[in-house]
Amino acid sequence: MPLPTKDILGILADNLNQRKSVLPMSAAKTTRWAKGLDLPKGGKTIIYTGHMYQLIPVIDAMAGQMAKLEDSPITKMFGLGRNVNKLVNMTFFMGLLASKAEQADYDRMLRNIAGLLKKAGVEFGYLYGEELYSGALVYDEGIDGSFAKHAQRVCDLFKKHGVTKVITVDPHTTHTLRTAYPQFVEGFDVEVKSYLEVLAESGMEPTSQLSDELALHDSCIYARHENMVEQPRELLGKAGVKLNEPDLCGKNTHCCGGPLESLFPTESHRIAGNRAEQLKETGSNVASMCPICLVSLRKAAKGSVQVNDISDTLAKAYGV
Amino acid sequence: MPKVSSKLAAAIKCSDEFNADACMHCGICTAVCPMGYEILPRKLFRYVQVGLEDKVKENISNIYSCLLCGMCSENCPAEVNIPENVRFLRKYLNEKEFNLS
Repeated sequence: MPLPTKDILGILADNLNQRKSVLPMSAAKTTRWAKGLDLPKGGKTIIYTGHMYQLIPVIDAMAGQMAKLEDSPITKMFGLGRNVNKLVNMTFFMGLLASKAEQADYDRMLRNIAGLLKKAGVEFGYLYGEELYSGALVYDEGIDGSFAKHAQRVCDLFKKHGVTKVITVDPHTTHTLRTAYPQFVEGFDVEVKSYLEVLAESGMEPTSQLSDELALHDSCIYARHENMVEQPRELLGKAGVKLNEPDLCGKNTHCCGGPLESLFPTESHRIAGNRAEQLKETGSNVASMCPICLVSLRKAAKGSVQVNDISDTLAKAYGV
Repeated sequence: MPKVSSKLAAAIKCSDEFNADACMHCGICTAVCPMGYEILPRKLFRYVQVGLEDKVKENISNIYSCLLCGMCSENCPAEVNIPENVRFLRKYLNEKEFNLS
């Protein structure tokens, strides 16, 4: 029996309505990556993580449990689970299963990104525990009423801090803030740019030349929905990285399967496996630019090819 | 006998972004879709266009299986904004079938 769409969507929407995130996490977990970086609180320009990198270890732990349930009679209990979740934040318990090593790994990627922005001479702050999830998943699933309320909440937060420019770190938050928010929040005029766009525009120069050969996995959202294809290639190219592109790349990139993880884990893994095979054919290690792509492809590749975040290579090349 | 409703497409269309009626049924979208389901996305929107609401409801799993990856719209000669159309269809089903908004 497939996972019950109605109840899972209900839990995600309830969490966003009640706890301001589809998978609520403690501020200690969402801000841990910034410890010791001395980023100022707030400011006109801010880095905005949207909690995506921080959520991956929790999603990963949760996905393992959900996949076990996909063909189990327990799926009938999800309706009851939704009612319990209204009273008790069940995600909190899932968070306890998250691997410490994986959390440290994803925190490091965020530190890479902040370090790269500093090297590029960008001045930016961070909202720390006040930062909110973007609402991306609820938007994708078409739960527009809950999404509209949440978008307004995030917009009010930006207003409160006088934020005029947001630097995002992942495609989902970029797309939600840049393309969806203006359709849902009247007068939303905050400038939204991905850190890869900001770095490319800065004209920053690498501090060392690398001899790496990489296959770049384009995110569907960056490439097709946000028209961002050249910037990561420019940054890697300047640092001497040789790109071995898979057949499906740039605007014709192939999805990693990640968007289906919460409702159809088996199908999600099938799509991820197909993409991992395509990337393996290049004979190179893979760089991704989205935490969801990263976790999906790493699991599908099962170590047969190394998949890393592009920020690891950029940090090495640009002296972070 | 399947019931048809001329109102279905109008009910789903909540903004001008819903432009499934520009589809000329060439099938490229289905050929390039990573999911490989026959119904995604062309046939699904044919059901919407002719108002076969029961057929749409029978295929709820497929509708929520769309990755919204946009491979279809990237290759669509009629420039239909397919992922946004799927999102509108989900919105309609969330409200009508799941009591979710």
